[in-house]
Amino acid sequence: MIWTDVLVCALMIAGAVVAVVVRSILSAVILVGVVSLMVAYLFLRMGAPDVAMTEASIGAALSTVIFLIALARTRGGA
Amino acid sequence: MIGRAVTVVLLLCVAVLFWYLATVGTQTELGSVSGHYVERGVVENRGSNLVTSVVVNYRGLDTLGEVTVLFLSVAGVAFVLRRRRRGEGDAGGTDRGPGAAAPASELVQTGARLLVGPMILYGVYIFVHGHLTPGGGFQGGAVVASAVLLLLLADRKRELPHGLMSWVESLSGFGFVVVGLLGLAVAGSFLANRGVLPLGTWNRLFSAGLIPVIYVLIGLKVGSELAALLDVMMRGGEQAAAVSHGDAGASTVRHESRVDRESRERGGSR
Repeated sequence: MIWTDVLVCALMIAGAVVAVVVRSILSAVILVGVVSLMVAYLFLRMGAPDVAMTEASIGAALSTVIFLIALARTRGGA
Repeated sequence: MIGRAVTVVLLLCVAVLFWYLATVGTQTELGSVSGHYVERGVVENRGSNLVTSVVVNYRGLDTLGEVTVLFLSVAGVAFVLRRRRRGEGDAGGTDRGPGAAAPASELVQTGARLLVGPMILYGVYIFVHGHLTPGGGFQGGAVVASAVLLLLLADRKRELPHGLMSWVESLSGFGFVVVGLLGLAVAGSFLANRGVLPLGTWNRLFSAGLIPVIYVLIGLKVGSELAALLDVMMRGGEQAAAVSHGDAGASTVRHESRVDRESRERGGSR
């Protein structure tokens, strides 16, 4: 384990905790997307490129966008 | 108080579980089934990507189930949003909805014009080469759907070819089942890979028998489903907004009063 992995893990945990605590739903959604992207990086580092691609394309991109659309269409977008 | 106690107990249970998992350790040797997959997978399927040969061949029935789950969830979203549109039309039809937003910026429009083609090409590449390189139908389909999303973000008025998309979606789902039944008829088991198509040379594009065929079908299906999902989610509100603007007075007043009430309740609970 090299120091970038440790850094990514620390950022991931921090991002996840902040996503739970933060009041703004928009920030929480973005943070969850960022955490997802870091998970994808970790999957890649652990030799699972298939899972990393799924996580990056569906977890980080499409889920975030779907959350954002839902947020914009409900009172959360205010 | 009781909720907090339950939370603490649950957290303790999770801690014990993780401690147990950490002390027992992970499995370091292959079991009989996984050993067979790893040792015989390349010989039996001629697919360079072992993950694909597990996902599409050995666990092909699970993949058919996954595709069905995705189809049902997209159908559910479309059903709910259509219903709301035809109903009273208060599905969040605020002015801040994505449908009523200002046109996309120059940057997004130019970027979309440059990127949509390569993105679709890359998605197709991922699922066509699913048996050779990492990735496959689901990932490639998601990339294709992201390209469609960019298209929709750049031009909100753009009409997607719904008829074509639903045909592609239905035919690829149907094709998956037909390929499975072909295996049943020719090789004796559902979704069998040997004997239906020649296995070909290892590490070539035309190899691994039916695996690339199935992954292309899955890619088309997932891509069109996710694109339709994004389109319904972005477009459903637009129609609702149009409806609620039609009877402007009543619905606006109702909406404002709802917002006021909610903000008051939130203020009170704080």
